[in-house]
Amino acid sequence: MRIAGCIAILVVITGAALAADIPQSDRRSGTSFMGPDSKAMQDDDTANPGMLWVLDGEALWKRKAGTADKACADCHDDARTSMKGVAARYPAFARALGKPIDLEQRINLCRSNHQQATPFAYESHELLALTAFVAEQSRGMPIATGDDPELAPFIERGHALFMQRQGQLNLGCANCHNDNWDRKLAGSPITQGQPTGYPLYRLEWQSLGSLQRRLRACITGIRAQAYDYGSPELVELELYLMTRARGMTMETPAVRP
Amino acid sequence: MPSALINVPKRAKRGDVIEIKTLMSHIMETGYRHTASGSVVPRDIITSFACRYNGAEIFRADFFPAIAANPFITFFTTATESGKLDFEWIGDKGFSETASASITVE
Repeated sequence: MRIAGCIAILVVITGAALAADIPQSDRRSGTSFMGPDSKAMQDDDTANPGMLWVLDGEALWKRKAGTADKACADCHDDARTSMKGVAARYPAFARALGKPIDLEQRINLCRSNHQQATPFAYESHELLALTAFVAEQSRGMPIATGDDPELAPFIERGHALFMQRQGQLNLGCANCHNDNWDRKLAGSPITQGQPTGYPLYRLEWQSLGSLQRRLRACITGIRAQAYDYGSPELVELELYLMTRARGMTMETPAVRP
Repeated sequence: MPSALINVPKRAKRGDVIEIKTLMSHIMETGYRHTASGSVVPRDIITSFACRYNGAEIFRADFFPAIAANPFITFFTTATESGKLDFEWIGDKGFSETASASITVE
C-alpha cells in the first residue's frame, strides 16, 4: 500500500515536471491571488505606498542633473505622453549594446549618455522612483514586450533559465509558477509569477522593489546563488517573463504581500 | 525627499461623517536591528501625528517602533464647516513635515 502510494506520488511529481506553459486563458495577475485589504490598498492611489515613489519620480523627471545640466523632461517633455506604453515594451533590444536592457538600465544609460551624470545604483530610491514614474504611465495598457526579432535568442535563453532546475532544492521557476500556481506554499498562494506591476510595493519589504530584486529573492529561496543586479541572466529572465505575460494589463505600482 | 498623500473629500454636507486618509513616506527604522558588523542601526521613526481642522485638533496619534514603514493613518470626523485640515508629522532626527487639504461644507 505504502509502495503504491509512493509510486502514485512519483507519478504526480514527474507528471507535473513535464507540464506545459500556462494556457493563455488561465493567466492571472498576482493581484487576483491577494486578499481584499491588499487589493483595496493597490486600487486607491492615496493608500498605495507605491505612489510615494511615483511622486518622487515625477520630481526627479523635472530636475536637471549631470554636467549636461539636463532634466529628463528637457528631451522627453511630458512623460504622460512621451512615456505612455514605454514600460509595457521593456526589456527592449539596445542596438548599441547588442543585447536587451530593462527599464532601469535604459534610465541609467540616458543618465550617463545624455545627462552625463553618474548612474543610479540598483534599488536606490532614485532609480526605483524614476522607474515607477515611467512605468506608471503605462498603467492599464497591455504588455507588449518581445516584438523586436533581435530579442528571440534572448527570450529563448530566459525561457531556458526559467525551466532550469538549480540550487540545493533543485527547483526551477517553472516547478512552482507553471506547475503549482493553484496551490499554496506555507499557507501563501503560489502565484504564476506574472510581472505585471513592477516596480511594486511589497509589504514584506516595506518598500518598493524591482523585478530583479524579486527574482533574486526567489533564487535565494531555492538556495541557489543569485545572479548579480544587472547581470544578463536576470535581464533575460525579465524579458522572458514579460513576453510570457504579453497582453496582460500593466499595474505599476502594484502592491503585493 | 519625504512626501505625503492626503485624501480628504473636496465637498461634504454639514454633519456628514467623512473619512480622512493620510500616507507619509518614512523608513520607520525600529532601532532594534543590527548591521552585519553588530552595531545597532539607530532608531529613526515618526513619533507623533496630529490633524487640526480650522485650528482645532481633531486627531492625534503617538507612533512606536512596531509601526511599519510609510505609515498609513485613516480616521473619521464630522464635517462642521468649510476650511482647512492641517496635518503634521514629527519624528526622530528632527523629522518634521506638514501637509494640508481644504474642504467645502455645504
